[in-house]
Amino acid sequence: MDGFRIPVGAWADDALDWAKDTFAVVFDAVDVAFEWMVLSLTDLLMLVPAVALILVLAVIGWVFRSWQLALGTVASFLLIIAMDQWETSIQTLALVLVSAAIAIVVAVPLGILAAKNATASAIMRPVLDFMQTMPAFVYLIPAITFFSIGVVPGVVATIIFSLPPGVRFTELGIRGVDTERVEAGHAFGATPGQILRGIQLPLAAPTIMAGINQVIMLALSMAVIAGLAGADGLGKEVAAAIATLNVPRGVEAGLSVVVLAIFLDRVTSALGTPADHRHSLRSILRRRRAATSAP
Amino acid sequence: MTDTIAVKADHLFKVFGRRPKDAVRQLREGASRADIAGLGTAAVIDASFEVRTGEIFVVMGLSGSGKSTLIRMLNGLLDTTSGSVSIGGDPITGIAPARLREVRRKRVSMVFQHFALLPHRTVLDNVAYGLEIQGVPKAERLERARRTVAVVGLDGWADSYPSALSGGMQQRVGLARALTADTDVLLMDEAFSALDPLIRREMQEQLLELQAELGKTIIFITHDLNEAMFLGDRIAVMRDGRIVQVGTPEDILTDPANDYVAQFVQDVDRARVLTAGNVMERPRLVVSESTGPRTALRTMRDGYASGVYVVGRDRKLLGVVRDRDAMRQLQKGETSLTPVIRPVPQAVSVDDLLIDLFIPAVESPVPLAVLDGEGRLVGVIPRVTLLAALGPGSAATGELTLPVSPTVIDELLATSDPEITDGSTEVR
Repeated sequence: MDGFRIPVGAWADDALDWAKDTFAVVFDAVDVAFEWMVLSLTDLLMLVPAVALILVLAVIGWVFRSWQLALGTVASFLLIIAMDQWETSIQTLALVLVSAAIAIVVAVPLGILAAKNATASAIMRPVLDFMQTMPAFVYLIPAITFFSIGVVPGVVATIIFSLPPGVRFTELGIRGVDTERVEAGHAFGATPGQILRGIQLPLAAPTIMAGINQVIMLALSMAVIAGLAGADGLGKEVAAAIATLNVPRGVEAGLSVVVLAIFLDRVTSALGTPADHRHSLRSILRRRRAATSAP
Repeated sequence: MTDTIAVKADHLFKVFGRRPKDAVRQLREGASRADIAGLGTAAVIDASFEVRTGEIFVVMGLSGSGKSTLIRMLNGLLDTTSGSVSIGGDPITGIAPARLREVRRKRVSMVFQHFALLPHRTVLDNVAYGLEIQGVPKAERLERARRTVAVVGLDGWADSYPSALSGGMQQRVGLARALTADTDVLLMDEAFSALDPLIRREMQEQLLELQAELGKTIIFITHDLNEAMFLGDRIAVMRDGRIVQVGTPEDILTDPANDYVAQFVQDVDRARVLTAGNVMERPRLVVSESTGPRTALRTMRDGYASGVYVVGRDRKLLGVVRDRDAMRQLQKGETSLTPVIRPVPQAVSVDDLLIDLFIPAVESPVPLAVLDGEGRLVGVIPRVTLLAALGPGSAATGELTLPVSPTVIDELLATSDPEITDGSTEVR
């Protein structure tokens, strides 16, 4: 094998260079758009007084899950302020929300396509496997070559990394809808669009929401790694702490990540399963409405 | 029921697999289902039938006989591999998807085995689904849905979600959804098979009532022969993808086309299928109102009975005369039977099922009187006939041999055996 080597890495590099030159306009547009989205959201969230924002988050927790989550949210986010990680946490939150939103917007239609079309599914499956198993750090390299240091490579790497579960869960959810119910739609003369909107998506919603939960959690884990690419936020704090072996800074930034993670997970996992959370504000209001409308 | 054709299936084939067309060609040339296994799975083979407007046409077969595939070809949920289907003269096969959707909205709706309700919609919204697809304005469709919800007996449940309902109630919602779409043809795919037996019977009776009221054409799939016999005006029996016999329940019961059908029907509950008209005999113990007690007594003596039916001039049943009353009339020297005619409380109609005849038969001192729609005496059913009708075979309902007259026996015994008196005291 001496001297024989397949230069896959070099080919990939060439391909990236070619893509960078050829699609420069596209990349510039994406660069501007993503940066604008993350920075605007960050500015917006920072505009609101911290305490008010915490209360809003607490109410969101109560609406979708429980008053316990609301209390926990208030306590844990106050801890973030006390650790002086508020701004970095908001930056990370904005990065996660923007990336996850874009990932979901791309992933759900792809999942629907995969569920409807066996060929599309067969093509997508290995691509998704590739995206999910490639070590997350590797995405940062091309992202930086395309978009240079900053928040945008973080967003791009996060989108690529968090996209697959969104596609997979959507496909699984739609394929898992009881065939008789889909037949019922056909039997009454519904169009494919009516069946998708009226039967398949509502019935697949719990599974799709589980996928969205996964997307958000993966986005958060990747957003921290994105700190290495220079995206402002908790990731940058963690990276700096590693570089200087600064234990207090590392622990505080890490704790803040945990707080964000727990809040996002609890809220998004409750979104798709309202029946499991009988003490959420949403369930209480629905029961009250049902009670008043009943004869 | 009229004679117009609501649904027509013409030489339908359905083969699942890689080379369905080749498989159909071989099947047409007489190949069996096993012969073409390499080319695909033949689910339906050369099925042809016509369903008349307003009839309940039952397709009966065990699982794997192709009945579910067959019904799904009738509304285009499955394409036919070969053959054509038309509903009310409009073809279902080989038409554009938009046209097919139009036919489904206007002509044919469906009830599913596992109900196939939408759990995120209320009962009312589920029932209104078909109208929603048809584009009927919201207020009107909810109004119409509310009416059918009442028809199937679910008042008060309109705003509940399906998960709050029992299986039988959920299937009522499924039925109401299909009825609300207001199509002429209703396909029911094992609609009551997932329900427990008591509820199933209740639903079958409700379906017959609704059918009598609304006059829909119903194609009903089932694997339960008793259900088929109870509901069907006509039944198609399927086996291994082929229709082996089409006929009325009585045809199939009394004249099975082959051993398979015969074997199938041997377990059927005949009492729930055969009617009084199927088993009744020519009435012998009948006298006209104008005859006197003497004729009545003679008729009773000849028939070894304790009573005789009396009919008017138009053969309308007037009542029954008991032997004692006739004798009293004769002793009094009266010549008319009219004063001693008693009403017949147990008279049954020709359409009554045998199951409903047992109690009247037990209570009636004379063979059960069978009346037609105008109250004319058209036949009688002695208890033995009723019993014999429950056994297999068609010969069992023939005329029965009468017992030998007691006087003849007495004479014979007296001449051949002098110990007759001893014998009779012993018995006493």
